[in-house]
Amino acid sequence: MTLSRRNFFKLTGLGAAAAATPGAFAQNAAPGNAGALGYPVQAIARLDALVVNQPVDFAYPDAASACQLLRLGHAVPGGIGPQQDIVAYSILCPHMGCPTSYESSSRRYKCGCHFSVFDPEMGGQQVIGQATQDLPRVLLELAEDGSIRAVGMVGLVYGRQSNVQFQEVSA
Amino acid sequence: MSQFSDRIPLPPVDAQTTNLTCHFCIVGCGYKAYKWPRQQEGGPAAADNALGLDFTRPLPPLAACLSPAMVNSLRDKQGQDWHVMIVPDKDCVVNQGQASTRGGMMASLIANGQGVSASRLTSPMLHGGGNWRPAGWEEAIALYAGLTQRLLDAEGPDALLFNLFDHGGAGGGYENTWATGKLIFSGLGTSMVRIHNRPAYNSECHATRDMGINELNNSYEDAELADVLWSIGNNPYETQTNYFLVHWLPNLQGNTVAKKQARFPGETVGPGRIIFVDPRRTASIAVAEQAAGRDNVLHLAINPGTDTALFNGLLTYVVEQDWIDREFIAARTSGFEAAVQANRLSLEECSAITGVPVAQLQQAAEWSYRPKASGHRPRTMHAYEKGIIWGNDNYRIQSALVDLVLATGNVGGRRGAGVVRMGGHQEGYVRPPFPGGRPAPFVDEAVIAGQGRMLTAWACDAFRSTLNAQQYRAVVTKRAAIVREAIDQARGASTAELIDILFDAVTNKGGLFVTSIDLYPKPIGEIGHLMLPAAVPGEMNLTSMNGERRMRLSEKFMDPPGIAKPDCLIAAEMGKALHALYTQAGNAAMAARFAGFDWESEEDAFNDGFRQNESELVTYERLRALGNNGVQLPVQGLENGVLVGTEVLYTERFATEDGRARFQPAPWSGLLPIAQAQKDKYPFWVNNGRVNELWQTLYNDEHNPARMARWPATLVEIGTADAARLGIASGDLVELYNDYGSTQGMAHIEPGIREGQVFMMAMGRQGVMGDLATTAVDENVLPYYKGTWAAVRRLGDAAYSASVTGKSRHY
Ligand code: SF4
Ligand code: FES
Repeated sequence: MTLSRRNFFKLTGLGAAAAATPGAFAQNAAPGNAGALGYPVQAIARLDALVVNQPVDFAYPDAASACQLLRLGHAVPGGIGPQQDIVAYSILCPHMGCPTSYESSSRRYKCGCHFSVFDPEMGGQQVIGQATQDLPRVLLELAEDGSIRAVGMVGLVYGRQSNVQFQEVSA
Repeated sequence: MSQFSDRIPLPPVDAQTTNLTCHFCIVGCGYKAYKWPRQQEGGPAAADNALGLDFTRPLPPLAACLSPAMVNSLRDKQGQDWHVMIVPDKDCVVNQGQASTRGGMMASLIANGQGVSASRLTSPMLHGGGNWRPAGWEEAIALYAGLTQRLLDAEGPDALLFNLFDHGGAGGGYENTWATGKLIFSGLGTSMVRIHNRPAYNSECHATRDMGINELNNSYEDAELADVLWSIGNNPYETQTNYFLVHWLPNLQGNTVAKKQARFPGETVGPGRIIFVDPRRTASIAVAEQAAGRDNVLHLAINPGTDTALFNGLLTYVVEQDWIDREFIAARTSGFEAAVQANRLSLEECSAITGVPVAQLQQAAEWSYRPKASGHRPRTMHAYEKGIIWGNDNYRIQSALVDLVLATGNVGGRRGAGVVRMGGHQEGYVRPPFPGGRPAPFVDEAVIAGQGRMLTAWACDAFRSTLNAQQYRAVVTKRAAIVREAIDQARGASTAELIDILFDAVTNKGGLFVTSIDLYPKPIGEIGHLMLPAAVPGEMNLTSMNGERRMRLSEKFMDPPGIAKPDCLIAAEMGKALHALYTQAGNAAMAARFAGFDWESEEDAFNDGFRQNESELVTYERLRALGNNGVQLPVQGLENGVLVGTEVLYTERFATEDGRARFQPAPWSGLLPIAQAQKDKYPFWVNNGRVNELWQTLYNDEHNPARMARWPATLVEIGTADAARLGIASGDLVELYNDYGSTQGMAHIEPGIREGQVFMMAMGRQGVMGDLATTAVDENVLPYYKGTWAAVRRLGDAAYSASVTGKSRHY
């Protein structure tokens, strides 16, 4: 079974804005990856291209799983990079899967379906809301060439039995 | 905790499936519990798993509410391994497939000896020689019944004190309220009983009942049909989550307009509006503004304790404007003129007392009571909870509110209306009459005064849920220590000898023998002498009803841990033991009082209690057939073998002798003096209540690392300016103190909190708001928990800020 990128946008409601920034979507990892627990390794963005408090869209561990990378400008729990300020999360609300949106003024992810709120500066912790887990986190590493790569996840992405169940699917 | 963090095994199509009503809040959301052998798994195709969900591709948003926390595994007493999944039921009309974060965690709590449940009590425990040791039921019951009998014979029933649940859901329900009531009221006959969350055995709703109106008189559907919803002293997003999300929000968002048109032809209808009465800006207000638009939300931020003045001002105004329902008043009520006279308060006076601008008062009245364009009176639903119930003179406020509702005809069968409490726990009350009369004895004060010999805390913990709690804890601990000392000296004593020693310690030395019957060791049990392990829904069959009187059967799907038992069967063991002791003593009259406890199962308790006292027609089998939708009480009859219930109460008669609802005079009379004295002395009003992610006394949550990561200490919300002035940052530990006690919590700066106010979680473990609560009560001994003033100071940085978010909890 394959999922097209069009389906991905339909599923996540990311829509045209995200589609217009194809650069945000790095190439998928090669089969036989070296990520954690069978996760692919996937380059997302270059460190020097990140702007503080401006999220970068990507999909991980497969095309149907919308995520965002964030540089916060100060060290945060789970942050990587020279300032330990770079984090990434699934943006599908772990309550019932509506896409959350990032409110840059308050630095919170908010879900308009049942009003859950998550804090990217505290490991995706649910500030208030109806989910039974925090925002799933993407594990990152900074490669020597200055690229930031996704290497695994903590927490289950909405709508699936396991995170890696669709990873063979490519965009 | 669930053993799953990043994978969900699916139930096979033939998985055992049972119904389970959520353990927790009044809403009573319906869940399905699936149980299947661990070595099996359903397939990802929709046809291959019991959920009927297609996991061959990612689910679209809103297709399911499912997370790893909803799956778990267990090994049963036969050594069989199982998976268990507990998910919200799409076919349940209450929650329609949605889980809140509280109910959504139920599978993580099941008793499998691991995670949260590793802390469960698995056998009776006795304290002696400085330690807790396990005991069998025989020994534990022999000791308990033996000491009870000695005290009953020597001093009479009032030597026996009980702190007793009266609700539904986990730790309650018809089976358990009946069994305990039969034991304690009919058997022991003590009046020294207090309810789980307050210092006496009283109703939270005496006033409305005296006026002929039970507090749960409409249906959840009425919130979809109302023109205006009032949320009074109530924060429904955090406390009745799915009632608010599934039934109120669609109305505010305009999604029920078609339904209104169909129901009320010819009547002006539109999206609902909402009015909050609350000194605090809450998470619910923020959500409502988002959903309905700011123009459709009115927040009457009254001065604490001034609700009575608010309703009296509005009553006076609507009478002046003639926005009242004269026909209804004439046909279905009594006492209107006298109440209007007694409650009279101009809008200007009302504004001066409540602090709400006159224009806002007028706006509220226009939305709620001025006839609509079509000429019909608006359908206005008035919902209230602890802001009134724990408010400044419960009886008076409730009377004032119901007067306003009666004057405008918004109760008595009208759809889209009703005057209802929102509720805390589910309900499930059936007991013989309480022997204590009204007002009921102020039991917690009696304990402090040294009265009573034996205290049984049944599924509740007054250490966290009373007023003047610091003193209460100190006295109970001291009196319990006297008994501990006596036990420690009783080396090698038989049960009979121990009873003699205990009797001496409590009657001659001022001791108090403390028993706690609960799921977990509780603070009040930990200082005591005997703990008895109870069970929760799912480990037993249990019936309860929700906030629209919807009764369901939660079915047993697993055993309680160890030798734990359902509360009703623990009560039955006590009853049987006392029956045997009195028979042995040749006291037939006393033996007869403990007859009728020969129950094998919780269904026997149900048949003895609910069916004999409420409705013979309701059987487990008939309830099972109705699944998670159950039946709304009272039951009217059977139609083709199916129970028929009641959607809305009082369509023809109110619950008074003449069938007319009674207005009750309720003039504004200021703050209760004891509370006023603290207000005059201390700068901060200390509001209190629940927090979304936690359930009430935290009995599961405090053992749940996921919960404690978010809430490692008791929440204290404080506004930005006050925090700056006191040098407090989010995550700091703060102390609150007044003449009654001191307590502490974790500060959280919430910009919407007004100056001079803080909000504290009501029943924390380390920080107990009741430590600050005065002894102010209404005429029925209902505490004014909300009437608390204190000073606040920063204690220091407790390192919470490194792991706990400080971001705003308002959407
Ligand atoms: S809203 Fe209440 S009843 Fe429903 S799942 Fe949440 S806690 Fe349980
Ligand atoms: S889907 Fe996000 S809060 Fe429900």
